[in-house]
Amino acid sequence: MLSVSRVYKTFNIGTVNEKKALKNICLHLKEGDFVTLIGGNGSGKSTLLNCIAGVYDVDEGSIIIDGADVTKIPEHKRAGILGRVFQDPMVGTAANMGIEENLALAYRRGKKRTFKWGITNKERELYKEMLSQLGLGLENRLSDKVGLLSGGQRQALTLLMATLNQPKLLLLDEHTAALDPKTAVKVLELTNKFVTEGNLTTLMVTHNMRDAIKYGNRLIMMHDGRILLDIKNEAKQKLTVEDLLQRFGQASGEEFASDRALLA
Amino acid sequence: MLQIILGALMLGLLWAIMTIGIYITYRILGIADLTVEGSIAMGAAIAANCIYGGVNPYLATFLALLGGMASGLCTGLLHTKLKIPSLLSGILTMIALYSINLRILGKANVSLLRMDTVYTIFLKMSFLNNNLFVKLGITHLMPVIVLGIIVVLGIITILYWFFGTEIGCSIRATGDNPQMSRAQGINTNNMIVIGLIISNGLVAVSGALIAQQQSFADIQMGTGSIVIGLASAIIGEVLFSKRSFFSRLVSLVFGAITYRVIIALVLKMGMPANDLKLFTAITVAVALALPEFSSYLRPITKSIRGGASGAIRKQSL
Repeated sequence: MLSVSRVYKTFNIGTVNEKKALKNICLHLKEGDFVTLIGGNGSGKSTLLNCIAGVYDVDEGSIIIDGADVTKIPEHKRAGILGRVFQDPMVGTAANMGIEENLALAYRRGKKRTFKWGITNKERELYKEMLSQLGLGLENRLSDKVGLLSGGQRQALTLLMATLNQPKLLLLDEHTAALDPKTAVKVLELTNKFVTEGNLTTLMVTHNMRDAIKYGNRLIMMHDGRILLDIKNEAKQKLTVEDLLQRFGQASGEEFASDRALLA
Repeated sequence: MLQIILGALMLGLLWAIMTIGIYITYRILGIADLTVEGSIAMGAAIAANCIYGGVNPYLATFLALLGGMASGLCTGLLHTKLKIPSLLSGILTMIALYSINLRILGKANVSLLRMDTVYTIFLKMSFLNNNLFVKLGITHLMPVIVLGIIVVLGIITILYWFFGTEIGCSIRATGDNPQMSRAQGINTNNMIVIGLIISNGLVAVSGALIAQQQSFADIQMGTGSIVIGLASAIIGEVLFSKRSFFSRLVSLVFGAITYRVIIALVLKMGMPANDLKLFTAITVAVALALPEFSSYLRPITKSIRGGASGAIRKQSL
């Protein structure tokens, strides 16, 4: 479903701030894979996600999604086959537009936008039904501005928008990191529900080792722009945080140095 | 007095078209677009020159619309394709338009006295030419007011429809959150260009109608117009309802009229006309600073309202 081959990305080339963010990344996801991607600060996991989404152009290598080479395709054109949720709950939704308007924008992702009405009554029924799945009471607030919602509500809405029309690939960029622990659990449970029910191919970046182990069928750990560990299926089911730290130490020759990942 | 108020209403209606144009860039797209200073004069120049050359005034106004749209396109391409910051893109087009407008006009101003304009038809209509209006001395105002109302209502209706369509929603989303818009497959660059085209088209129409009302087009008439537009838009937002998109559009018209009434009154009270631009600039500065002011004023107003009980609480601490 996703095929990332020999991708390199360097920021600020030729300056003192030069940063090699991705070094020869190869990653292949099968249809229905739910991959958790973990790593410390600056390990390149968000950069990888942004390269797949088309926010950054890659320096070398290719990205193929569902058989289509998207390496040179701009972000907004790739969006039709992707679903994305961001770390910052403010980023995924338009604050001054209504809940239904935001959903309508997502519903038209990848379709040609014309002079037809931006939202129809038939859609409203659909959105109501979908919002009720979130269990947040948003189904009765269709025309409320999204800016009135809490961070958790906005993130749940973004998640719904991302999965609305069966994306080929769902990209979650630490989408629970900015939420309080209780809300984070709720959004993660919703994520798991949507992904498993829709059999969505998913790449989820997280700082939280426990979450990375608990969810998905495959775990990838990045370090310093490289993929360090790739643990699949049964091996992943038996994994513990201690194992993960130990294997990180063996593979990198360093100690895992992200308090945030350990404490969380 | 009636003449002053109706005169202000008349000017307000014509400037309301420009205010709506500025609202599209400033509020919906979040861009302070200085192109309008050039495109309002361009609209006036095109209309004046065409009418002077014997073109039908309605066709002339339509050509002004096209000219304004072209200047909006120019700014949009400078900003989105050449990645020049939006403010600077607007300034560049505005400066370029000064020369272009001079070329269109051929000289610094063109008079339209005794020429047929878009208002001429209405002047001949008997219901606008009755004895009462003649007695009140407002026969020259009524045609402009009638046409102004028709045009403003038409534009509001079209824009209300347009911003409800899929493309219109995408433009609103682009102004609200470009990052989210791209993630939802919206070509944000195109949306910015479309917004600028519509906005400057409206501004040029406004310029064309103003030139025909005042019977001349002047190369300088754009100077400070963005501030007038902003002042009108802000007055409209502060004083009138802004809940739905429709009422927002209507509030812009009332804002533009209110601005003209205020100007007419301060002039009547004896303010020299040369100080008008200073007055307008200060009005806008104060209006834009109001949110900042109110956060400073809140403790003061609170203590006034809280009165004695507030003082007692402080003492007990």
